Amino acid sequence: MNIVVLTKPVPDPAASAERLTADLRLDRAASPTVVNGNDEYALEAALKLTEAHGGEVTLLAMAPANAPETMRKALAMGAHRGVLVTDPALEGACAVSTMRVLAAALRTLEYDLVLAGVDTSDGGAGVVAAGVAALLGIPYLSYAARIEPRDGKVAVHRLSPSGYDVLEAPMPALISGTQLLGEPRYPSLKGIMGARSKEIAVRSLVDLGLSASDAGGAVATTRVLEARVPAARGAVQVIAGPAPETAQAIVDFMADRRII
Amino acid sequence: MTDAQPAPYRLSPDQELLRDAVRTLADERIAHRAAEIDRTAEFPQDVRELLASHDVFALPFPERFGGMGEDLLTVCLAIEQISRVCATSGLILAVQELASLPIMLAGSDEQQARWLPRLASGEQLIAFALTEAEAGSDASAIRTKAVRDGDDYVISGEKRFISHGSVADLVMTFALTDAEAPRHRRLSAFVVETDRPGFRVVRTEHKMGIRGSPTAELAFDGVRVPAGNLVGAEGDGFEIAMRTFERSRPGIAAQAVGIAQGALEVAARYASERRQFGRSIGEFQMVAAMLADMDARTEAARQLLYKACVEIEAGAPDAARWASLAKLVAGDAAMAVTTDAVQVLGGYGYIEDFPVERMMRDAKITQLYEGTQQIQRLVVARALLGRDG
Repeated sequence: MNIVVLTKPVPDPAASAERLTADLRLDRAASPTVVNGNDEYALEAALKLTEAHGGEVTLLAMAPANAPETMRKALAMGAHRGVLVTDPALEGACAVSTMRVLAAALRTLEYDLVLAGVDTSDGGAGVVAAGVAALLGIPYLSYAARIEPRDGKVAVHRLSPSGYDVLEAPMPALISGTQLLGEPRYPSLKGIMGARSKEIAVRSLVDLGLSASDAGGAVATTRVLEARVPAARGAVQVIAGPAPETAQAIVDFMADRRII
Repeated sequence: MTDAQPAPYRLSPDQELLRDAVRTLADERIAHRAAEIDRTAEFPQDVRELLASHDVFALPFPERFGGMGEDLLTVCLAIEQISRVCATSGLILAVQELASLPIMLAGSDEQQARWLPRLASGEQLIAFALTEAEAGSDASAIRTKAVRDGDDYVISGEKRFISHGSVADLVMTFALTDAEAPRHRRLSAFVVETDRPGFRVVRTEHKMGIRGSPTAELAFDGVRVPAGNLVGAEGDGFEIAMRTFERSRPGIAAQAVGIAQGALEVAARYASERRQFGRSIGEFQMVAAMLADMDARTEAARQLLYKACVEIEAGAPDAARWASLAKLVAGDAAMAVTTDAVQVLGGYGYIEDFPVERMMRDAKITQLYEGTQQIQRLVVARALLGRDG
C-alpha cells in the first residue's frame, strides 16, 4: 500500500510570534518552520499502515524553496521520500491554487491513499484536502480517528456524539485525519541520520504542466484585508482543591456565563 | 602531512543534529520522570527502553554490529543532554559505553560479534566490575580471583559499588590471574553472564544521588566461565582498564557538564521570575554575578571536555591526561554550579519541589567515581612529571 501524506511546513508555533509582510502575508523566510502538527499525526498513521501492510510513504508539500530542511524531520520519522513543489509564482497562493497544485502533483505519483491533517496551524482553512479529492475525483473521508484497509477498500472511524461512524470507500481515496490517529513518533537517531540521504524531488509549476495563470499569487481568490494581535487575555482564575469541589466550581463558572 | 583542512573549531552539522535530537528526547520524554526516579530510587526501565528504541545506545558501537559508529565527542554530547534533565538516565548510556569498551578495545572479532549487537541495541545491559571493598583507587589491589580449570576459568570474590550491577545481563569483571606477576600484569578481564551459577547480587546501596542507578555489591561464588570469555590475554586486565578510562572518564565529565547546565538553566529561569523588593532577583548584582560565574564554569568545563574528546579520538599520546583534566574540571564545576543554583533559589532550592537539590546531590558522585578527583590529579601530575604508573 503506497501512501502520500500532505505535509505542510508551517511557522513553528513554539517560536516567537509569526511575522507578516507589508501585504499581510506570512513572512515565511522570517519564521522557523516545522511540519504542521496535524500532518504529523497523519504521517504516523501512514507509517503504521505501511509497516503492517507493506508499501512506501511519500511526503508531498507545496512550500518555499527552503522546505527540504523541514521535510527532513518527517523523513526521519520513516517516510521514504519527499516531493516538494516550489515556484516563485506560488508566493501568495490561495487555498484554491494549493488544491490545484497538489492535485497536479498527485497525478504524477502512484498511491493507494492520500492522508492529510484536518487543517494547518497557519492558514487554518481546512478545505485543501477536500478540494484536492474533488479535483482528482476520488473519495474523501474526513475526520478519521482510525484507518483500516479492507480488501481493496478503506474504512475509517469518525467520532460522533453517540460513538463513531464507520465510513468505507474504494481506494485510491483521500483521508483527513484527527489527532485521535495516535501520537506521532519521535525520530530515532538512525532515522535522523538516514533522512539526510533520502530523496526530495523538487518540482516547479511547469514540471506539473501548470502556469502562473492556473495557480499562484497572480490568480489568488482570497486576500487578507486586515490582521490584528488578539486582545490580551483577562485575569486567570485558578480553581484548586479536591476533584468533586473543583469540578462543581468549573461547572458553576461556565453556567454563570451561559457557556454550558 | 597532507594539505587536509584542519577540523573547524565547532561541532559538525551531524553532531549538532544528534545533540539536538537527544535534547528533544530528554526534554520531552525523560525530564518529567527525573524527580520520581530520584524519589523511588528505582532503575528507570522505561528510560532504558526509550534510549534503546531511539538508537541512543547505538551511538558508540561500530556500525557492523548495529551501532552508529559515532565518535567519543558525539557520545558525550548525548550523555550531557540526558544528564541535563536526569543524571541517573544519563548514566545509563555512560555505563553501557564504559563496560563495553574493553570488548571494543581488546575483544576478538568473535567476542565482538557475540556481545556487541545486543549491547548496541540496548537489548542487554553490561556493568563494569573493577572496584572492590579494599580496592578502590588502587585497582591493582584486587582480590577477586580467576583460576584456570580446563577450558574454563573459575571466578571467586566480591565486587562493590558496581553501577547497574543488579540490572545488567553481562558484567565486565576484572580478576586476579597471577598474584606473582608485576603489579600491572596481575589482572585479567572477563565477561560474566549474570545468569551463571554462583553469580549473586548481595545488595544495592542507598545513595545520596543518582538514586535510580542501582549500585550493587556482587558475589562470585566459584562462577565458571569458558576461556572464550577472557577479553584480551591473561594479564592484560589492568592495561585494558586504564585504556577504558581514557574513553570513559569523558563520559562522566559529560554527565557532570549536563548536571551543571541543567542547574544553571533552572537558576537563571528562577532568577528572572522570582520577585523580591519589587524586582526580579536576577536584577540584583549579587545574584547576576553568581549566574554569570555558573555559566563561565559550565562552559569552561564543556569546552575542555570537547577538546579532550577530540584529542583522545585523534590518538593523542597524553590521552589519559586529557581524560583526567576533563573529568576533574567538570566534576568540580558540577558541584560548584549546583551548590550555587541551590543558593540562587534560596529556601526553594533546598526542597524537593525544585530540581536543584537533586542536581546538587547527583553532582557529588561525579567527583568520586571513575577515579576520584584526587586520582585525576595524580594522573595529570604524573603526565607532567614524566612518570608512569
